[in-house]
Amino acid sequence: MPIDYYLNIAASGLLTGLVYGLAALGLSVIFGVVRVVNFAHGEMMVAGMYGAVLLGGWLGLDPLLSAPLMAALLFACGWLLQRGLVNKFVERPEHMQFILLLGIATILVNAMLMLFGPDARNVQVPYSFDTVEIGPMLLDAVRLRAGAAAIVVAAALFAFFRFSRTGKAIRACADNPLGARVVGLNIDGLYALTFGIGAAVVGVAGALMTLLVDARPQLAPEYTLLSFIIVIVGGLGSLPGALLGGVLIGMSEALAGFLLTPSLKSLFSYGVLIVVLLLRPQGLLGKRS
Amino acid sequence: MSGLLGVTGRGLVLLVLAALGLAVAPFVADRYLVSVLTTVLWFAYVGQAWNVMMGFSGLLSLGHALYVGLGAYVSAALFVHFGIGPWAGMVLAMLVAVVAGCIIGFLGFRFGVKGVHFALLTIAFAEVARIGFDHITWVGGSGGFFLPVEAGASDPLNLRGSPVLFYYVALALVVGALFLSRALLHSRLGYQWLAVREEPDAAEASGVDLFRARMTAVAVSSALTALGGVFQAFYFNNLFPEQVFSMGRSIEIILPAIVGGIGTLVGPILGAFILTPLGEVLTFLIEAGGLDLPGLKQLFYGAALVAIVVFRPEGVWPWLARRLRLVRQPGEGA
Repeated sequence: MPIDYYLNIAASGLLTGLVYGLAALGLSVIFGVVRVVNFAHGEMMVAGMYGAVLLGGWLGLDPLLSAPLMAALLFACGWLLQRGLVNKFVERPEHMQFILLLGIATILVNAMLMLFGPDARNVQVPYSFDTVEIGPMLLDAVRLRAGAAAIVVAAALFAFFRFSRTGKAIRACADNPLGARVVGLNIDGLYALTFGIGAAVVGVAGALMTLLVDARPQLAPEYTLLSFIIVIVGGLGSLPGALLGGVLIGMSEALAGFLLTPSLKSLFSYGVLIVVLLLRPQGLLGKRS
Repeated sequence: MSGLLGVTGRGLVLLVLAALGLAVAPFVADRYLVSVLTTVLWFAYVGQAWNVMMGFSGLLSLGHALYVGLGAYVSAALFVHFGIGPWAGMVLAMLVAVVAGCIIGFLGFRFGVKGVHFALLTIAFAEVARIGFDHITWVGGSGGFFLPVEAGASDPLNLRGSPVLFYYVALALVVGALFLSRALLHSRLGYQWLAVREEPDAAEASGVDLFRARMTAVAVSSALTALGGVFQAFYFNNLFPEQVFSMGRSIEIILPAIVGGIGTLVGPILGAFILTPLGEVLTFLIEAGGLDLPGLKQLFYGAALVAIVVFRPEGVWPWLARRLRLVRQPGEGA
């Protein structure tokens, strides 16, 4: 088999992995700052997918253009969720937070099942079957666009946390909540903002994902677990780690699906997870606590 | 006798009444009710088993479906392929689950995988088992593994028989687990577990071997859970990796204890008696209302979960016991 084959598969896995990584970024931001594990993350992502599917059906909107709208919508939902429910649970034990978000996830996924039914839905784009030739590789136009958009959003997020005053304030909260409170930061407000940002990011990832995968409610728990795996592999709280983890998992899935059987591809992701948890529990790019 | 579960006289009366009611239930209830009660008891039992890890020792496992599945598959494979009945097969079933639990525990505790990370490790192993069993054709793979069913068979030695037989087996499991849990909690090991749960550093400083205490908790919990798996295999007579090992099953296992009250003896039992009937009532109401919306029942279930964790975060049993004065309050004389 020619090496081009593997290059092609690795490259398309990398592009899918960038979208995975973007979804995981949202989870990482929320966990890194609010210290709450968002167990409804995949459900939020699938909500973003359905949003893009609906907008595509009604207005013929390209998912790339639906993405900002989904970001706005999910930001509002995430903000309200943190203000209304999750904030009360920030100081409570982990299993309580887990049950709360599990309940929310159950509500979300079943609401989507009732609204949209169990069948797969997709968005029609004019370039769905186009391919782009880059050197020896032949890449899908949809995958290239989704991957590029994921990079743009991730870069905007990095810039926000590095350069803006609000971003720095959020990082201060993450490093030392007590100290942040002492210097007068509004912790509850920043937590709500952070949860909103995390939800917005995963909403965008969902909208982009519709370019690659048909929307189904059953995807939600899979994406929740996938985001977790990626965040742990990359390192909790490390934003570049989440992207790197996404790319690694995306590529290992693609190669495993090709070399073994597609039904074994997630076994590979769990294998990577177990190895990383044991050899480097803080993740590839995480700092040892 | 009232020192049994720390209950007051009133609590003891209620407890005896409940036990009597459950003991005679099959004589007065119809088939449907017996099957619902059997489900309730099964979830109560696996909830009790999970409670040993999370409730007593503070180890959050979100992958208990792994032990159910291993217990179920090992006992079913022994029965189908070698004709070994479940009473003998359960020993190996429990052993396999304990080995699996100890591997996860060893890796987790030796490498310092804690909290959310440990929970994720347990999920990962359960998922690996689910995908793996999908591909093991010796036990049917993803097509499912079926136990031979004979109509009207009555062979308690091989756990073949009427639903009433299974009802009493499930009841025996719950009662057995209740007494075992109580005995454990009041043993040297139980006190070590509580110390490890509350203050691991302080426990270690006072000479508790953290690793050993945690490993025994995992071993006890996985062995008990595997028994629930043996029961499941012979009760339903079919096993599908997608159901038995699923994340959803792991979550169903943890709910009774969380709803009833983590770390309490009665909590998982009460939680199962709340959750399963709630689900049945919802199904009934949805059907009576003529609404055929898939997902509506689960949606209410999710809402009920959120409501319970928001309004009764410590679980229903501690609150109920306080309100109805069923347990002695700290400081009250015996």
